[in-house]
Amino acid sequence: MVVGLESWTLARPELFLAAATLLLLIYGVVRGEVATPFVSVATSIVLLATAVLLFAPYREGTAFASLFIVDRLTTTMKALVLVGAAVAVLMSRAYFEQVKAWRFEYPLLVALATLGMMLMISANDLMALYVGLELQSLALYVIAAFQRDSLRSTEAGVKYFVLGSVASGMLLFGASLIYGFCGGTAFVQISRALLDGKAAEFGVIVGLVFVVAGLAFKVSAVPFHMWTPDVYEGAPTPVTALFAVAPKIAAISLMVSVLMGPFKPLFLQWQQIIVAASVLSMALGAFAALRQQNIKRLMAYSSIGNVGYVLLGLASGSEKGIQAIVFYLAIYLAMTLGVFATILMMKRRGTMVENVSDLAGLAKSQPMMAFAMLLFMFSMAGIPPLAGFWGKLYIFIAAVEAKLFIPAVLGVLASVVASYYYLRIVKVMYFDEETETLDRTPFGVNRAVAFAAAVLVTVFSLAPQPLSLIAAAAAKGLFP
Amino acid sequence: MSSWPILSVVTFLPLVGAFFCLIVNGPKEAVDRNCRSAALITSLATFLISLVLWVRFDATKAGFQFEEKLDWVPALDIGYHMGIDGISLFFVLLSTLLTPICILASWESIQVRVKEYMVAFLVLETFMVGMFCALDLALFYIFFEGVLIPMFLIIGVWGGKRRVYAAFKFFLYTLLGSVLMLLAIIAIYWQAGTTDLPTVMEKLDLPFTWQCWLWLAFFASFAVKVPMWPVHTWLPDAHVEAPTAGSVILAGVLLKMGGYGFLRFSIPLLPEASQYFAPLVFGLSIVAIIYTSLVALVQEDMKKLIAYSSIAHMGFVTIGAFIMNMQSVQGSIFQMLSHGVVSAALFLCVGVVYDRMHTREIAAYGGLVHRMPRYAFTFMFFTLASVGLPGLSGFVGEFLVLVGTFKANTWVALLATTGIILGAAYALWLYRKVIFGELTKDSLKAILDMNRREIAVFLPLVLITLWMGIYPSSFLDPMAPAVDKLIGDYQAALKLARTAALAP
Repeated sequence: MVVGLESWTLARPELFLAAATLLLLIYGVVRGEVATPFVSVATSIVLLATAVLLFAPYREGTAFASLFIVDRLTTTMKALVLVGAAVAVLMSRAYFEQVKAWRFEYPLLVALATLGMMLMISANDLMALYVGLELQSLALYVIAAFQRDSLRSTEAGVKYFVLGSVASGMLLFGASLIYGFCGGTAFVQISRALLDGKAAEFGVIVGLVFVVAGLAFKVSAVPFHMWTPDVYEGAPTPVTALFAVAPKIAAISLMVSVLMGPFKPLFLQWQQIIVAASVLSMALGAFAALRQQNIKRLMAYSSIGNVGYVLLGLASGSEKGIQAIVFYLAIYLAMTLGVFATILMMKRRGTMVENVSDLAGLAKSQPMMAFAMLLFMFSMAGIPPLAGFWGKLYIFIAAVEAKLFIPAVLGVLASVVASYYYLRIVKVMYFDEETETLDRTPFGVNRAVAFAAAVLVTVFSLAPQPLSLIAAAAAKGLFP
Repeated sequence: MSSWPILSVVTFLPLVGAFFCLIVNGPKEAVDRNCRSAALITSLATFLISLVLWVRFDATKAGFQFEEKLDWVPALDIGYHMGIDGISLFFVLLSTLLTPICILASWESIQVRVKEYMVAFLVLETFMVGMFCALDLALFYIFFEGVLIPMFLIIGVWGGKRRVYAAFKFFLYTLLGSVLMLLAIIAIYWQAGTTDLPTVMEKLDLPFTWQCWLWLAFFASFAVKVPMWPVHTWLPDAHVEAPTAGSVILAGVLLKMGGYGFLRFSIPLLPEASQYFAPLVFGLSIVAIIYTSLVALVQEDMKKLIAYSSIAHMGFVTIGAFIMNMQSVQGSIFQMLSHGVVSAALFLCVGVVYDRMHTREIAAYGGLVHRMPRYAFTFMFFTLASVGLPGLSGFVGEFLVLVGTFKANTWVALLATTGIILGAAYALWLYRKVIFGELTKDSLKAILDMNRREIAVFLPLVLITLWMGIYPSSFLDPMAPAVDKLIGDYQAALKLARTAALAP
């Protein structure tokens, strides 16, 4: 197989990221622990530079004998993932220094995980998909347990690893069935085989179910969500922030490209699964979070709920639906990074605290931080004029146009239930008397991120048009 | 017509004041003082500019005026479209009038977190005004639901003992209704391809079953806002726990959002369903009028009593809106405006004694007339206006609604009229208990009459109530063409549907 120059240029961002990560790794190994600050900042810069490379210049096509595909959708998703990962790395320093786990391996593992995410987003073949997914997952398992002298962190890592392996196994099993019945692993081959009448074969449907189940695990959709709350709670907070954005966006992108790509002919079959997963995720995300005391756990359920909305967009199977997903994820990224930046600022007498009740009376002691959190919470609850509303609006437009009326009604009702726990955080900050003040955070990355996200969330309503154009362009790729 | 975007200025000017409040810094005293002044000045300026609307308003036209149209999200066909007609004009004025009054009324009673309070009120004003001006369904929804954020905070931060419960109940009840309306709006958008209200009005042609579903979705939202029985239970809680100014805005403007929504969206967009469900509305309204009046009779808390009376008064509004003749609809709108002024004033009256005694229990008062003659007069004035004494604003609205209703449905009119009798009973009972009798309670012996600031708060409301009662034409005339058009379109749509049904 001759790999043409074209392949290399298309995979330019991934190659750059891989090379830069390895160089930084060598540097880190040579210099030892002292290299950590430099490696960390350098990794963020490399991640952002990779994001720039995606667009300068923008190219599309397939590469490496069609294993790898680049189009508007994959590029946009990669950009979101890269920004999320870069910011998550930047936000992590204070936390890891605090818990004495500030090591140069962390940013590099994030970079490798991101590389895996980029590969899986661009996968155009079940094998490529699996390789990307595993590169991502293995790196993530390690960083979930990165705070290795903490019992909870280690537990989170092991749990994530065990359950993640099961999911990978399911995915592989499904992929093997598909391969057996369709005669190939390339998306094009699968799609052609399905159109040629293989779609009715029982084995293909079983394979599809297994593949979807494996992917549902990765996006933590109900009923494959069980790992999420424990891992979110146990993992070090900056890692949770990363989990909440980058791998989630990547996995959703993968799900979109698999289901809307090769499995498009089986739309009616997988639509039922996705609708059920979506409704269940929205409901569970809403109800299970009601009584959570730990804010990271709460955010885990919130993220499950958010995935439910995204899946509703996917279930509509239309161009609008895919636009809505891209749009929603971009807003979700900004809100989630903002929330986690705020959570990372929750410190009392030098130690991190993570209970909702620790925020009591924050509005008095740190009005700006409380106000930012208030904006994020109302935005997450989908109250206009904040950005979160637009995401939900877009999703529901897609759902209604696809005639998914009942899931849409259930979705808005779930959003009312969910608004209760978002409001509860506002209540604790604004209505309750403070018990003991949180430490003031000196100006740093976290404050900057929270501030920027708060501004974005607030002024988004002034101009939703650019993002919707980006989303429209991204979705176009799937609907030639 | 005007060349500057006057509606946008009226809508967003309060945000400028809010921004100013946000950035003020310094010692607490100075910040509080500056924020109060800034909020008052901004809201007064907003009110003055909104008067320009009335002056320049062309009372002979039925269509929308002062229209502004900008592309906002062309990808979704959502536009920034503002405009007012005779129906919305006075609601805009009501909002801009009540905000400075609220700020003045909170001058001394709010001492904690003054800055946030003023910001919340100014943001609230933006949302309220924007909601009445919005001519795009999505834009309307944004303003409509945006109101929840500042109101939630106003009740929750500055409210009474059970404020948390009341704030959550208010928020969740309203949100539950609103999200269903959002789906209805999306469905309309899907059918019509745009959210621009005038375009939708022309293009939308839905089958009857669809209309019914969408009507119910809109109803879920507006009925909670009005509030109609049996989804009214959030209102007494919210009113009792909210600070005085919060109650004023709640009763004065927020309840009107429901009635306005019926007239602006449900009836013109879904005429057949509106006709079909009208008996339901009548039934619920009559229950509301009679039941809540009876409940009001046994209240021990002044604010709660007025809250229940609000529900009863809003019952007339919903009846009037769905009877759909000239008198009833005009009466319905007039009743909303009058209730907006009068109930706001009544809540302010409660606020006056609450600021002094820190209790709202009726039993804690009695004989105030001996110490507070000016207050006794004011309270009497608004009590009578609420009861519907001819010559004051309450009479005109109720009378018009009842006249219109009598023409269409005698039984509804008969039952609704009992509400007036009951209304007189509880209002006068409240007044007697609080104001008359011997001044026996020691705590009341040193109570002071209204001061200048309080007089300044009430004076404009007294004058407006008199004006509306004595010369209602200055309010009814500008709204007549718009109401006429509303009814004309409604009848035409029904006729069309009938002929379509008769056709083979």
